[in-house]
Formats: sequence, structure tokens, C-alpha cells
Amino acid sequence: MTAKRRGAQLAMLAFAVVVVMCAYASAGLGIDGAVPAGMLTYGLGLGALMLAAYLVLAKWAPWADPLILPLVTLVNGLGLVMIYRIEQTGQGGASATTQLMWTALGVVMFSATLIVLKDHRALQRLTYTAGFAGLALLLLPLLPFIGKEINGARIWVGIGPFSIQPSEFAKIALVVFFAGYLVAKRDVLALAGRRLLFIDLPRARDLGPVLITWAVSLGVLVMQKDLGSSLLLFGAFIAMLYIATQRTSWVLIGALLFIGGAVLAGQVFSHVEARFDGWLNASSQEMYYRDFGSTFQLMQGLFAIGSGGILGTGLGQGYPREIPLSFSDFIFSATGEELGLTGLMALLMVYALIVQRGLRTAFAARDPFSKLLAGGLSFILAWQVFIIVGGVTRLIPLTGLVTPFMSAGGSALLANWMLIALLVRMSDAARKPPPQAIQDEGLTQVMQR
Amino acid sequence: MSELTLLLIRLAFLALLWFFVIAAVGVIRTDLFGARTAPAPARKPTKAPKPVSKPKRGEPRQMVVTGGPLQGTVIDLTETPISIGRATDATLVLSDDYASSRHARLFPQDGQWIVEDLGSTNGTYLDRSKVTRPTPVPLGVPIRIGKTVIELRK
Repeated sequence: MTAKRRGAQLAMLAFAVVVVMCAYASAGLGIDGAVPAGMLTYGLGLGALMLAAYLVLAKWAPWADPLILPLVTLVNGLGLVMIYRIEQTGQGGASATTQLMWTALGVVMFSATLIVLKDHRALQRLTYTAGFAGLALLLLPLLPFIGKEINGARIWVGIGPFSIQPSEFAKIALVVFFAGYLVAKRDVLALAGRRLLFIDLPRARDLGPVLITWAVSLGVLVMQKDLGSSLLLFGAFIAMLYIATQRTSWVLIGALLFIGGAVLAGQVFSHVEARFDGWLNASSQEMYYRDFGSTFQLMQGLFAIGSGGILGTGLGQGYPREIPLSFSDFIFSATGEELGLTGLMALLMVYALIVQRGLRTAFAARDPFSKLLAGGLSFILAWQVFIIVGGVTRLIPLTGLVTPFMSAGGSALLANWMLIALLVRMSDAARKPPPQAIQDEGLTQVMQR
Repeated sequence: MSELTLLLIRLAFLALLWFFVIAAVGVIRTDLFGARTAPAPARKPTKAPKPVSKPKRGEPRQMVVTGGPLQGTVIDLTETPISIGRATDATLVLSDDYASSRHARLFPQDGQWIVEDLGSTNGTYLDRSKVTRPTPVPLGVPIRIGKTVIELRK
């Protein structure tokens, strides 16, 4: 019997807001020796937003996991502090006010999703609609007039003064599609087919729609030069196939496809090749000073993490201005400099806990669609953190992706809050006590045939 | 602001951050390491049934499953009777240990829907009382069959 544990949730939420306010104070003291004037505004703003989110959750998803919201609040709040802190150094483009506004919209999105979507199984009926929507969203930036190219990647859609990145929403839609499709097909995918050596090969026709979706989404992403998202979708696709069929052969096929694709892309596309070069020879002088595909940013990020050391320089006392785009792709490096390894580990722990709660939801869910959807959504969250953190720490080639909930950027924040709302919705359904037979209530004697 | 103060603030903040992580792990302790003692199944006191609203004007148009594994299923009511049970040819097929293969049926009569128990083992309940003879079903009153709760709605 699970308890609702709303008290624990409220306490953890308050704790998260307190940690964020302490971070503000600490950053202000580090910068100019005074508690920043905006601290109360930001802190209370964040607190009020999260209280609103909590109330929505208590009303519409009372059985939801008690930890998801507080953990997300902490990461989002730390992101706000870092952006505020980077804004203070005068780096162009960083704006804590904008980010707070997007956070507010994110919470609105979260609440709206929870209120509108009373039962996540309704999404299963939208399997193919979601697939179509996902592809359409991916294709949107390629259209003339509304599509915009920023920093070499054509992944933006301009609506008036705003730019949104539809691929962030596409990933949720595609995960819904994969989940719905795989639920219907997992038995044929796992059982039908020939056995070759040690692996079970599936039949080609069972795979058709998924392979097409996958190829189209990857193709579009390569055309748009958005490597991060294509890696993200590919990983999600393989992970969900694995969850659905429990066949290691899928992981092998996926790995082979991926290695093949990466080698091919490295030879065909110059921007992919540049990423590989930059990864392998990041610290060479030639790469560092190169005009196109220079590793300047990556190396600055690594220097920052290095100079942070174990305990960091302290909030407000590092030099995030030295890293280009330290408020978006490289926010992890900037955080690493000021909070050190200790802080980064805590941050990664928080991400790990969010993912753990998601996978736990998948575990406890009662129907296969929720299992796959919760598993897939938590996986893309984890995979996204891995890709960007691995990228900025030079474990894997750097691909542009946002650090979920931390980086400046509206679309990603909105999409991730929506993702969290879906997880919360499913955890509510999974933790709700199962319906009891009237016979169990002691009204009458039970006879079972 | 002296170096020492800043150092202390820095360490205090990192400690706070980790304290948060530890507190979070504490919340899900039982989840991660298993419950230490088997908690007594605290049963929530069952809520008093809502006061039955008087049947409104107009006939019910839908049968909605409001509880149980099939929750959310909606069947539009026509002139044909609805059979409920584990048998695969039933209109509403239940997979419930407490349901019989032909458990109950609902049929229209003079503008009213009647529920009839078809000799099931564990009984059909209209609100809290067992259905022993064909009984008219008012709007919004739960019919319970095993774990499944059904209501008629306009």
C-alpha cells in the first residue's frame, strides 16, 4: 500500500526553493559582496510558481510520486541562478528574467497537461497521430519563411519575436508513437523472425513503419545539422525497442547501425567530421585556433571544470564569461567551475533520481503502454543529460543539446516540463491503489470458483 | 567580504546541496532498499456513498466504467441489452476473478434501464445493496461487479 506522501513532497519542494535562494545569495555575495537585490523577486517568484504546480498536482494527480516535482524544481532553480550569475558578467544572450518567464510558462504547460490529460492511456489512441505530429514538427523548420537558421543549425521556427525549436516537442510525440506502436507489435517483433547465429532477427515488414520514422527523422535532423537531437532520438528508439522486446539483438543491431551511420556521416558531412576531429584532437593548437569547427569553446569549458577542482571557486567567483554560450550548451561547465566536482556530482545525482523515479513509474505501471512510455520518457531525459555532459566533458563528440531544465531556452524548458507532467500523470496512475472488489470490503463471504 | 567567509559560504552551500540529495533519497528509502517492516495494510475508511441524486429527466445515454481495470470504457446505450461477464461474447468482457462468465445484464424497459443478476457467484451490487431481482438503475448510481464499477450517464 503506497501512501500519498504529500507532506514529504511539500517539505522537499520548500527545501528545493530554499537551496535555490541560498544559491542566489551565495552568487550575489561572491560577485559583489552583497545579497543581490533581485533575490527575493526570483526566489519568491520560483516559490510561488512551484506552489502553484504543487497545488495542481495535489488536486489532479494526488498519488503522483512525491520526489519528481521537488527534484525538477531544484535543477530548474539552479539553472536560473547560473543564468543570473552569467548575466551579471555581461555575456550577451543570458537573461534570467526571460528564463524565469519561460519557467512560468513551463509550469503552466505542466499544469495544463495534467488537467487536460486525465488518463494517459488516451495517448495510446493517438499513436499514429503522434507519429505524424512528431514528423511534422521535425520538418517545420525546413519550410521557407517560418524556418530560421541560427548558429548553423536550421532547427528554429520564428513566430513574431519568438523562436521556438519544434524538435524538442517532436521528441515527446515520437516517444508516444514508438510506445503505442511497440505495444501493438512487440510480440511479433520479439517472437517472429529467423535466428541467425546468436541473435534473433525480426521480420522486415514488422519493422517497416518504425524504420521509416527513424530514417526520416534522422535524415531531417542531419539536413538540419542538429546532431544532438538525432542521437537523442536514435537512442530513445533503440532503448524502447529493447524495453518492449527484451532482446539483446536489438541493442546489437542498434549499435551496428549507429556505428555505420556515424562513420558514413563523418565522411559525407563536413560538420560531422569537424565534430569528430574536435573530439579526438581537442587540445591541439591547430584545432584550437581553427576558424571553422574550432575546439575553443570545448577547451574553455574543460579549463573551467578543471579550475573548479573538487570544491569549485564558489558561486559568483568563476569566469563563465570565458566560455562562449556558457548559459546554454555549456552551462554544465560553468556550473562545474563554480561548484566543483562536489556540486556536479550532486547535480548528476538529482538527475539520476529524477530518472530513477521515472523508471520506477515504468516498473509499477499496470499496462504495457504506460510501461513503455514512462520508460522511454525517462530514458530520453537520462540520455539527453549523458549526451550533453559527455559532450562538454569530452567523453563523446560534442553535439549541441540543452542540459534539461538548466540551459537557457524556452522550447526545451516547455517540452521538458511537459515530459515531467506525463511522468507525473503515469506515476499517479501507477501508485493509486488498485480497485478493490466489493467482496474484500467484508460485506459478504467470498466464493471463488 | 573576506576570503574566509566566502570559503565558508561555498562549503556551506555544497553541504546544503548534498543534504538535499540525501533528504531526497531518504524520502524514497523504502523504495530503494525495501521496507524494513511489513507495514500493516492501513485501509482507508470507505467514504460514505454520495447521496443518490434523484433520477433526472431524460434517459441515460451511456454506460461508463468508473472503476476497475476497464476504467474509462464507455458503451453507448441503444435498445439492445448489455451483457456483462467473463464470457468473450459479453458486451463488456471482464477479466476479474470475482466475476462469473455470465454475470449480469442491463436492459431497457419502459424508458428505464434494469439490471439483472444472472445467478453470479459473487453477486451484483447496486450502490451498496445486492441485486436479487431485476432492479431499475437510476442515473449515476454505481453498479459494482467484483472490481468493476459501472454507472449510467446521460
